[in-house]
This record gives sequence, C-alpha cells and structure tokens, in this order.
Amino acid sequence: MRQDREYDVEGGLGLTVRRIIAYIVLILLTVLCLFWFYILFINASRSHSELTRGFTLIPGKYLITNWLNVMHGTQPIVRGMLNSFIIAACASILCVYFSTMTAYAIHVYDFKAKKAIFTFILAVMMIPTQVTALGFIKLVQGIKLEDSFIPLIIPTIAAPATFYYMKQYMESTLPHAIVEAARIDGANEVRTFNTISLPMMKPAIAVQMIFTFVFNWNNYFTPALILHDEKKKTLPILIAQLRSADFLKFDMGQVYVTIAFSIFPVIVVYLCLSRFIVGGVALGSVKG
Amino acid sequence: MKKKVISTLLATAMVATLLAGCGSSAAPAAEAPAEPAATEEAAPAEETAEPAAEETAEEAPAADEGKVLNIYCWNEEFKTRLTDHYPGYEEVDGTHGKIGDVDVVWNITPSDNNAYQNNLDAALLKQADAAADEKIDLFLVEADYALKYVDTDYTMPVADLGITDADLAEQYDYTKKIVTDSNGALKGVSWQGCPAIMFYNRDIAKEVLGSDDPDAVQEQVKDWAAFKATADKLKDAGYYACSSVNDTFRVYSNNVTSKWVEGNKINVDKNLENWVNDSKALVDAGEAGTHDLWSDDWSKGFYPEGKVFAYFGPAWLINFCMAADQDGSVANLGKWGACVGPQSFFWGGTWICGATGTDNATLVADIMKKLTCDADIMKEIVEKDDDFANNKKAMAEMASSDYKSAILGGQNPLPMYMEGAEKIDLSNLSAYDQGCNESFQNAMKNYFEGTATYEEALDLFYTSVMEKYPELTK
Amino acid sequence: MANVPKQGKSQVVKYNKWGYIFLIPFVLVYLVFQMIPLITTVYNSFFENYLSGLKQIGPNFIGFANYKDIITNGDLIKYTQNTLIMWILGFVPQIFFSLLLGAWFSDQRLRIRCAGFFKTVIYLPNLIMAASFAMLFFTLFADSGPINTTLVNLGWIEQPYKFLGHAAGSRGLVAFMNFLMWFGNTTILLMAGMMGIDGSLFEAAQVDGATSTQVFFRITLPLLRPILLYVMITSLIGGLQMFDVPQVLTNGKGEPVRMSMTLIMYLNNHLYSKNFGMAGALSVFLFIITGILSLIVFKFSVQDNVDEVKPKRDRNKR
Repeated sequence: MRQDREYDVEGGLGLTVRRIIAYIVLILLTVLCLFWFYILFINASRSHSELTRGFTLIPGKYLITNWLNVMHGTQPIVRGMLNSFIIAACASILCVYFSTMTAYAIHVYDFKAKKAIFTFILAVMMIPTQVTALGFIKLVQGIKLEDSFIPLIIPTIAAPATFYYMKQYMESTLPHAIVEAARIDGANEVRTFNTISLPMMKPAIAVQMIFTFVFNWNNYFTPALILHDEKKKTLPILIAQLRSADFLKFDMGQVYVTIAFSIFPVIVVYLCLSRFIVGGVALGSVKG
Repeated sequence: MKKKVISTLLATAMVATLLAGCGSSAAPAAEAPAEPAATEEAAPAEETAEPAAEETAEEAPAADEGKVLNIYCWNEEFKTRLTDHYPGYEEVDGTHGKIGDVDVVWNITPSDNNAYQNNLDAALLKQADAAADEKIDLFLVEADYALKYVDTDYTMPVADLGITDADLAEQYDYTKKIVTDSNGALKGVSWQGCPAIMFYNRDIAKEVLGSDDPDAVQEQVKDWAAFKATADKLKDAGYYACSSVNDTFRVYSNNVTSKWVEGNKINVDKNLENWVNDSKALVDAGEAGTHDLWSDDWSKGFYPEGKVFAYFGPAWLINFCMAADQDGSVANLGKWGACVGPQSFFWGGTWICGATGTDNATLVADIMKKLTCDADIMKEIVEKDDDFANNKKAMAEMASSDYKSAILGGQNPLPMYMEGAEKIDLSNLSAYDQGCNESFQNAMKNYFEGTATYEEALDLFYTSVMEKYPELTK
Repeated sequence: MANVPKQGKSQVVKYNKWGYIFLIPFVLVYLVFQMIPLITTVYNSFFENYLSGLKQIGPNFIGFANYKDIITNGDLIKYTQNTLIMWILGFVPQIFFSLLLGAWFSDQRLRIRCAGFFKTVIYLPNLIMAASFAMLFFTLFADSGPINTTLVNLGWIEQPYKFLGHAAGSRGLVAFMNFLMWFGNTTILLMAGMMGIDGSLFEAAQVDGATSTQVFFRITLPLLRPILLYVMITSLIGGLQMFDVPQVLTNGKGEPVRMSMTLIMYLNNHLYSKNFGMAGALSVFLFIITGILSLIVFKFSVQDNVDEVKPKRDRNKR
C-alpha cells in the first residue's frame, strides 16, 4: 500500500501498474468462474462410457444424443423446468415485493411496536430454515397442501434476510422527505409506496430478485420434502433422481445435459436483471 | 395490487394443478389409440388371444377390480422385466403403462439415501385412508430390508392372492425363506436368484496367472490366503486385485455367524473383523482401492485401462452394471471369466410384494405367477437378460444346454450359480442390514485410508448406526 | 381513506397506522408458516418420537433427555467447529476479493474496461446448483480424476492425493467452493451499497488529492458499514446452514471421520431416520448457536461504530 501511495503521488506509472494487477486478477477470476460452465458443456457432450473412462477438455459428439435420451427418459424434465420456473418466479416476486413493503413500514412510519418488531425480525433471521423444516412438513401435511406449490411460494413473503437488506438499503437511499412530498401531492400511502418508493429501490430490488429467484430455482431441500408427485417435481429433485438412478439407468451424460439445461433459464433471468445492478442505474435513482 | 398478485398466484397454481391432473389421465387416453396401430402384431394378438389361451379366464374378474395399478419400486429393472416378458403389457410413457384396460402407474424413487423406503413408508402408512386408485398395489423390496416389510401387515401373504405351494415348488428355498414372516406366511416372490461369484479379467489372468481357464483361476483364489498371494502377484505386474475392498465386503458379510443386531445391541461379527484386517492388508499393499461402490473410481475397471483383475457379484452385476453396452468395455469385448472365488455368497435380489388393501389382487397375482413361476418366461429372462432365474428345473435344463454368456467369453455360468444358490444361508439376516452394511463400509474406509484407528472407525460406525436406528445401542 | 383528517397530529397518527397495515402480510405469513412449525419443532424436542421400521415409537414425553443426549455425546461441538472452520476458510477470501473488486470497480481513476462484463461473470458460479457444483468438484478431484491425473503426470506428486481422505483436503474443497459460489454475490451486494454513496464525496476527496487507498478506507468503507454488517451477518447465518456442498461432496458422510460434517448435515441424519425428538432438540441448539454468534458479530460491529476509528486515523495522517 505504501508503494501504491508513492506511485500515485508520482502520477501515471502507479496507476498503470495497479491497472495491470487489476486486470490480471479479474481475468484469473473470470477464468475461475467460467471454467465450470465449460466443463459442464464438455461433459454434457460426452457419452456415459466416455465419461467413466476419463476427462478431457475436448467436447464430445453426444450432446444431442444425451439430450434426446433425457427427453425420452422417465423424468419429465420440461415439466420440471416449468414447475421450477413457476415457483421461482412467483416466490421471488412475492418475496421482494413484500419484503420491501415490510422494510418500508419499519423505515417510514413511526409506531409503538416498531422497535420491537424490527428486533424480532432480526432475531428470527437467525433461525436456520432447516430448523423449522420438521414442523413445516407437519403443518403442510396438516393443512393438506402436500404436492402443491403454495407452501413453496407463500412462505417467501416472510423473508427476514431480504427484509433486512431492503431496510439497510433504504437507510442510505430513501429520504423521508420524498414520502412527505408525495403525501402533500395527495397520494395515498399504498400509491406512494408502489409508484414512488418502489422505483427508487430498483437496484436493491433487482439484486434481491436475482438472489431469491436463483435460490428458489436451485432449492432442493424444501421442495424435496413437499413434492412427491412426478408431475410437480422441480428440476433439482429430478436431477437428484437422475444422479441417484442406479446401475440400470445411470447415465452421467444425461445428468450433465440436464444440469446444463437447467442453468439456462437462470442465466437469462440473471442477464435481464443484472442490467439494473451492473449498468448505470446508480446515476439516476440514488440521489434523492 | 396485493390482491392482484395473490389472485394471479392462485390462478397460476390452479393452472398448474389442472395441467398436472390432465397429464396423468389424458396422456394414456391420447396415446392409447396410436399404440395398437403401431405394434400391430403384438397388441391385437394379446387382446383377442389371451382369454382363450390362458389356463383360466384370469382377466375376467379384473372387470370389477381397480383400473389403476400402482407399482412402487426403485429402478427400471422390474419395469423392463414386465415390458419384455409379461404378455399384454404396453408401455405408454416413462412412468405409465397399460395392461388390458388397467393403467399401470410406476412410482420410481431411487434407493439413495433411503429415499425409496421413506417414500414407500409414507405411502404405506397412508394406505388405509387412500382412495382405491391411489392405493399401492404392488411394491418391490430388496434382501437387505425385506424383513422390515415382511413382518408387517402391510404386505399380503401370497397364499391370499391365490398362489399355491405347487406354483412355487421350483423356486429356490432361500428366496422364500427371506420373505417369510414370523408366522410362517410367505409374503413375496422373486424371479431371480442372486448367488454371486467372482468375475475376473481374462487377459490379466492369462498374463499373470498363466491361464484364463476358470478352474485354473479358481485354484489361485480358492480361499482368502490364496487370494492375497495372487493379489501380490497382480500388484507386481501392475494390476489391482479388485477395484475396491468394498467389493469383497459382501463375501465376508454373507458368511457371518451372527446377526448385525442381537436384541437391541449392535454386534460386529468375527468375519467382518476378518474383512477389515484382510482389506487393510490389501489397501496398505496398494492391491485394492477404497472407492465407494458405484463411484467413478470404482467402475474404472470395467474398461481394460482400469487394470482391475476381479469384481465380485451376482448375475445382475455383470449384466447391467459393468458397461456391457459400451464400446471398449471388458464386458463388451467378452473378456470376463467367472469362477466361484474364495467363498460363495449372495448379493441383492428383488422381491415382489402385494400391498394389503390392493384393489387389483387378481392382476397382482397374475404378474407374480407369470414372472416368477412360469418356466418359459424364466428361460426367456435368462436368455434375454443374462439373469439367473428363480426356477430350479428351468435352470438345470439351461445349465446342461449350450447356453453361452457372451460377456463371459462363451462360458456358461449357470452351473456355478446353481451350486451357489443351494448354499445360500439366510439365518443371519436382520432388518437393519442395509443401514449397518453401509455405515460399516463408510466408517472402515477411514481406517483403511489411515485417517482413523480401528477403534475410532468402529466408534464412527456405532454413531452412524445409532443415528439411523435410534432404538439400537452399542 | 376518503376521510379528510382535521388535525395535523391525528394525521401523523393516521399515517403511522399504515406502518401496521404494511406489516400485516409479513407477520401473518410468518406466524403461520414459521412460528407454528417452530413451536412444533420445539415441542417435539421433549418427546421420544421416531419410526422403527414401520412402527411408530412414541411420542413419549421424556423431558430434556434428548438435550442431555446431544450434550453428553459431545459431537455437537465437533460439528460446530467443522462448520465454523469451513465458513471462515471460505469467508475470508470471499470478503477480501469482494472488497478489492468493489474498490476497483468504484475507483474512478482506475476506469476498468469491460467492468460490466466482469461484474456479470463473477456472479455466474452462484447460478449452478450447489449440488451440481459439488458433483463437478467430486468428479474433478476424485482419486483418479483429472486433477490428480494431471498432477501425477506433471510429476508434482507421486501418488494421487485423496482430497476427501484428508481433513485439509475436504475442508479446503468445501471452503473453496463456498468462496467461488459466493464472492460474486457479496461483491454485488457491496457494489449496490457503493452506488448508494454520494458521488460528490469521491470528487471532493479527489480534489483534496487523496489516494485511491485513502478514499477506500476513509470514505467507502465507513459508509458501507450497514451493508458490510448485513453481509457479515447473512454470511454467518448462511455459513452455519452450510449443507448442500459438503453433503454432496462427501456423500453425506462428512469424510474423513466426519471432519467435514456440518451442523445441518448432522440434523439431516436425524431427519432422515425420522427421529423427530432428537432433530427437534438439535434444532433448538442450532438456534442458540446461531443466535450467540450473530449477537457477537452485532456487538462487535456496534462497538466499532461507537469507538469510531476515524479520529485515530486522522491523527495518523497528520
């Protein structure tokens, strides 16, 4: 760091060196990040016997064969994808919307129980999902919602971690003055929230939207406990089944092709939403 | 806004349920007409010929029985058997089939992590309250945990299904003993016998032992001391005696003199200690690995590059597992040979059980009879699938015939299987075998690899078993 | 809503009533889907309640026996340690790289080209299912897998290194995977926070001739504190819930000798054997452990706030 400073004082040279270091690190990290996708692609394009015999960096010729095998196999992959999409989309929308609303309630309004509720939510954030899993299954069985998407979607409304992020974010970006201005303009509270505050939270919403979508898309634990009907199972469950299919059916080529296939939708969603985080959104919305 | 979101949500959820509902009922209906047309000879022949040809009009009473046959199993093996060998079975899609006008619904849950049993348990516990078409009609069990289901009222005595002792006369005794409950009622039937032998790589045998003749090889591995000596030779030539020491586990664990659990106490048999000691020696000498069965590392030896001399297993291992359908595999080249090995043992086996409360009793009984008692079908299974079928007479006929296994380079392994099947002793089976076998192998791996002492590994085993079965003690 | 409030004070009260209304969905859903299960779980922990084969044992009330069991067999501490070690091994590089990248991306003078591309790419590993990712690692680092083969061929090692046969190997792999999967996530969170910082602060600092390092430590970092706290807490909680990666990588066994078995894997063992009493008691312990550790982090960061490191630094500067 000391060196840095000296270079900086001197001018351009230090900056160039720093820039080179930055690029080297970034490129290394990029390779590290993309490497896995490459392997997935390679493996998805190789037959089971090729896969058991060893690993190469050259793609095989079985991509389409593997794909057709999956499509003609017993696993309803396409439906699984649809199921996953319905769950992940609904869950992330509900989760982010209501978490923002909850954070808004705590941030903007001043009421007696405010502090208590805030502390309470922070406390419950520390309860691992798996801790309540037991009771959750019993509850779901009790209200006959097994094999339904509802117990996978509705509970995301109460997401303490998302709430906490929104609250932290509002702290730095949502001044009370804006809300008051809206009130003076005669907007009611629901409208103020939906049309004025929500748009200001765009980067945070995009961030959390991605996170919850990805989380729900990839979630195995809860869906595996609740969904038993073949037609309702989500992709992670199907992949787990493919993986643990035993000797008769076991085909790693199919497993890889399914995994590769399951990643596409998330990538699309991610790329769509990442514009909001990565691009110049900060310029517009942040300064109030 | 809030309302809107929720109602949209509900709508989506409903659409999803509707779709799901359609899927199961509409799909077979839509595809059914196409099927007979496509498989012209097969389908009409059955529909018309069957009532006449079969001994009794067995399909007739089915009219007042359920229209859905729910089958629970953990893999495709039984489905393949039914598709290939049960007259009148038509495949609709991956998880649906049709027998006459009965829809067959396959509920396949892999056994990994106990998922199959968990799923089956949950369904069986709800069996009494389930609607007739939702009830399990037929399910499969494996030797390792057959007792768990056999000794309950959830399985039907096969006598109640109308299967007589005469029907079962040609089946091997052990296949009956294993599924007989404490009151002496037989609760399941199997089409296969699983006496297991040693498969060796003929090329390696020729190179190192001088001959690939089964008798000559058998002489070199006739007991564990001989096996170890051969392993040393193989090692010097750059080969592994077996892929993993877990390969030999079953050989030892089938030759125990006490059960895994006595009373409520976990018990480690002397012969399992022998396995640990012999295996440790193999691993330390670099003559065998410690891979989990079914892992990539383990299956490397299915190909010549894997340099593995032997695998231990029953007919189904070599047939399905050892990559016979993959180019360049040892099995594909017909380069395996078979001999009895150090000790005879058995491994696995699948039994068909009827679930109490089934609304398709006649059909279940007929499937059991055709697949496990019909000598012609049994022979077909051996020919088509290289399996060892559960019918003494049929097997004896084939053993002396010119039946040849291509995978085994033209060897006829049936006499060996027959001999093994007679020797199988199941008196030391317990309901906890699956969990204990798994935990023991996992725990001992640490000892073999040197990350734990034998005592530590044993502790690990106890911990793991007690997690699985809280009622047991050390 | 149509009522026109007559007095200013009642108007404020009226507005504040909306605070409660906006909280309704959260509270309602929370009570139904998490509170009830939580209570059942805790309730269960006082019973002997499991399936033996197909026979239901219990529920028999046995007081704190389950708790006593867990404490006396001593495994809980071991698994807590494992979990924390693997979390810290993954978290330290994660937060380091996240801050570094955050600093670089927000550094106006550095002007990284293709920043958008890099920012997008670093999150990608998170899109792969943890289980699938673990599977890839498992294949790559298998005893006869490509990594070992390459290392042997290069002559760097003589025998294949059994990654999962050594505590350092398997914990290292888990930590490395956690780092890879989550550093992008953390970076995004931090960058979103950095965007919230008033740009004029940076401009002013630049005019004053502050170096990039100074800007980062004196302006960015302090202003980022709320988000950093969030990252710390959620990462800690997520770390304690670590499950998929070690579960799939070690096939649920926590190899070697359960040195990579996490708390949730332990809980999962009890859930799988349907031992609801034990699982319940274990859940309560989990909650207590998470609570204590989170409190420590909270306390730590709040104290930091109070002490206010700034004056000290200022002194150094002069």
